[in-house]
Amino acid sequence: MVESQYRFRDDEPVGDPAVTVDSFAEQSNASAVRIEPGDDARELLPYLEQLRLVEVNFPAFTDGRGYSAARVLREAGYTGELRAVGEVLVDQIAALRRCGFDSFAPDKPLDPADVDSAFARWPDVYQATTDGRVPIWSKRHG
Amino acid sequence: MYRYDQYDQAMVDTRVAEFRDQVERRLSGKLAEEHFRPLRLMNGLYLQLHAYMLRVAVPYGTLSGAQMHVLADIADKYDRGYGHFTTRQNIQYNWIKLEETPDLLADLAAVEMHAIQTSGNCIRNISSDQYAGAAADELIDPRPYAELLRQWSSFHPEFCTLPRKFKICVIASDTDRAAMKLHDIGIRIIRNDAGEIGAAFYVGGGMGRTPMIAPCIREFVPLDQLVTYSEACLRVYNRYGRRDNKYKARIKILVHELGAAEYTRQVEEEFAHLKTQGIEPPIAELERIKTYFADPAFDADASDAIDRSDALFARWVDRNTHPHKQKGYAIATISLKPVGGIPGDASAHQMHVMADLARDYSFDECRVTHAQNIVLAHVRKADLYALWQKLVAADLATANLDTIGDIIACPGLDYCSLANARSIPVAQKISRRFAESGKEDAIGELKLKISGCINACGHHHAGHIGILGVDRKGTENYQLLLGGCEGDDTSLGKITGPGFDEDGIVDAVEKATDVYLAQRQEGERFLDTYRRIGVDIFKEAIYG
Amino acid sequence: MKILTGNDLKTGAVTWWTGYDWSLHVEDAVDVGSEADAILAREEGARRVNASYAIDAVRDTDGGVRPAHIKDRIRALGPTVRPDLTLKPADPNAGNWVI
Repeated sequence: MVESQYRFRDDEPVGDPAVTVDSFAEQSNASAVRIEPGDDARELLPYLEQLRLVEVNFPAFTDGRGYSAARVLREAGYTGELRAVGEVLVDQIAALRRCGFDSFAPDKPLDPADVDSAFARWPDVYQATTDGRVPIWSKRHG
Repeated sequence: MYRYDQYDQAMVDTRVAEFRDQVERRLSGKLAEEHFRPLRLMNGLYLQLHAYMLRVAVPYGTLSGAQMHVLADIADKYDRGYGHFTTRQNIQYNWIKLEETPDLLADLAAVEMHAIQTSGNCIRNISSDQYAGAAADELIDPRPYAELLRQWSSFHPEFCTLPRKFKICVIASDTDRAAMKLHDIGIRIIRNDAGEIGAAFYVGGGMGRTPMIAPCIREFVPLDQLVTYSEACLRVYNRYGRRDNKYKARIKILVHELGAAEYTRQVEEEFAHLKTQGIEPPIAELERIKTYFADPAFDADASDAIDRSDALFARWVDRNTHPHKQKGYAIATISLKPVGGIPGDASAHQMHVMADLARDYSFDECRVTHAQNIVLAHVRKADLYALWQKLVAADLATANLDTIGDIIACPGLDYCSLANARSIPVAQKISRRFAESGKEDAIGELKLKISGCINACGHHHAGHIGILGVDRKGTENYQLLLGGCEGDDTSLGKITGPGFDEDGIVDAVEKATDVYLAQRQEGERFLDTYRRIGVDIFKEAIYG
Repeated sequence: MKILTGNDLKTGAVTWWTGYDWSLHVEDAVDVGSEADAILAREEGARRVNASYAIDAVRDTDGGVRPAHIKDRIRALGPTVRPDLTLKPADPNAGNWVI
């Protein structure tokens, strides 16, 4: 498994290796899975109770399929760890967090000061996601 | 027009600060070009042939006089005294310095403007009808819906790394003046049989190297589900749009390969799910936005009379004004296509003039059109003559709207690093030849569009006459297309045959128009005649 | 000859490799032979140039340097439709050089 540089959870990290989505269905006891860009996150929906860690791989930061994968899982009620791995960069990290990632394991460690300012940067948001932030339209019509 | 509240202002200010930080990290070496490039593109900053180029968003083409003044100031302060209005209703500057860009963006933010998402693989600035809120044939002003979607699409966390760029257009009239079906999503606000307002969604249109006309995938989306339905369209695209080949990555390819029915099925499934997620702003938010687009205080007693005793003025009125919904008013278009000029370019001085004219004659508001002109949407007919005189003084009174002189042209190889051939010199030669021979007036409506490469920023597929510049063994070569159209009867032009050099393409255009002049029947435009008689007669004249 | 070009990172201005620095003028460009990749890697790394690349060019009869492709000739001169903004604003025929 990959070590997270940032983890916004209090529970114990899962020690099991993350298996591929294909092999996951065959391993009925696995609790950790890794989603590659071409995988359909919805294949995991029947197993959300069992899953404690989902890694979403970003082989290239420009491939945004993992953002949708994360939201699909969170919208379906997944509450376990959702970890972004691969080319995870400081300029995308706030958007990843909004899509439901609560753990970040970048290939190359990020500068902590840059990460702090990235997470603190946006005072408000225009969209509702599952991250609990109140969108601007809701504040306007409180 | 829309005004920012403290939230909108904070979002734009935050983006300026974020970009300033990103530029600093790039200049200090902390951020590599490969990682910086998508960030600067998502803020409209390209590296072009001669310098950085900045594209500034003009949301749905509408801007205030004060904003136009600032665009002029920016041209003087950060550029070389001019700007270029684009086919996506934006403005771009050709000589921008990276190190000065954050300050420029701060100047823009001070007047509620920005360059957010004017490039990159994200949802771009939303375009609309340049006559919105003024046209006599309009159901309702489409801009509140565009503004609602502007906010939804700005910094959308899921859709900042799409397979490719994504363009949305919103219109609300029977006549399509915005090439709606040639967008990734085209939205037409309509009234259904029950009398309710809603939106028809057309998805998967576009130009580029594989032009396609968008099919309608849903005839009626209720107004309180616009954001949710858009999100469903985008999510299916983000998950399944092709990423293996840049040239097949637009949503039109996904819709084409899946088939419109299967794409629609997937969107409907996602839509049904997303409706449970509470992502739609309340209808009160749409109502709040709408209050900004209320009609200006029209003079109810304004007269319809126009003194046409000045023949040149009368010619401009006939050519460059359009019926307004309000008695006594007209919509006036300022042509940025002077004979022999650069289509869409305006000097800082001209921008200042247009800003003042917007203030004095059109409730301090103007529009950028996708045909690269400027519209003053609400001019009292009694004021038209005074307006025209001031336009004449600023070299802005060319009476050629929708004629062969009103050419759409991309910047081409004079400015653009993607181009294969120059577009502007071809436009200049055609414009001069037809103006000087008087044929421009004889021909009447003829939409001629020039792109300097297959990416089609000059909309050549949608021109009654289209010209595509290509690279033939290191020399510029131009292909001729006939029969394209961007309106309700959208059609794609077809290449007539072998290409030409610069003078050859101008001759070929003239031969095509001569066929039209010889063959036309009463009331027919060039396009009508072409559709009636077919391409062969034109080919024979051009190549025979 | 093989010459190097790119844009100044801060200003975006088109530049040409002179053997020890970057110049705004294509006639200052030198033949880099087989050294292109090494020089570009070093100069990009030092952030003295952005989006750089090597191109073919020939030496003109008058001693100038003429890039092989029209795109780079336009980069060397400036926009042909705005002679006033090119590097040779006083020469009305400068645009003919690019064709």
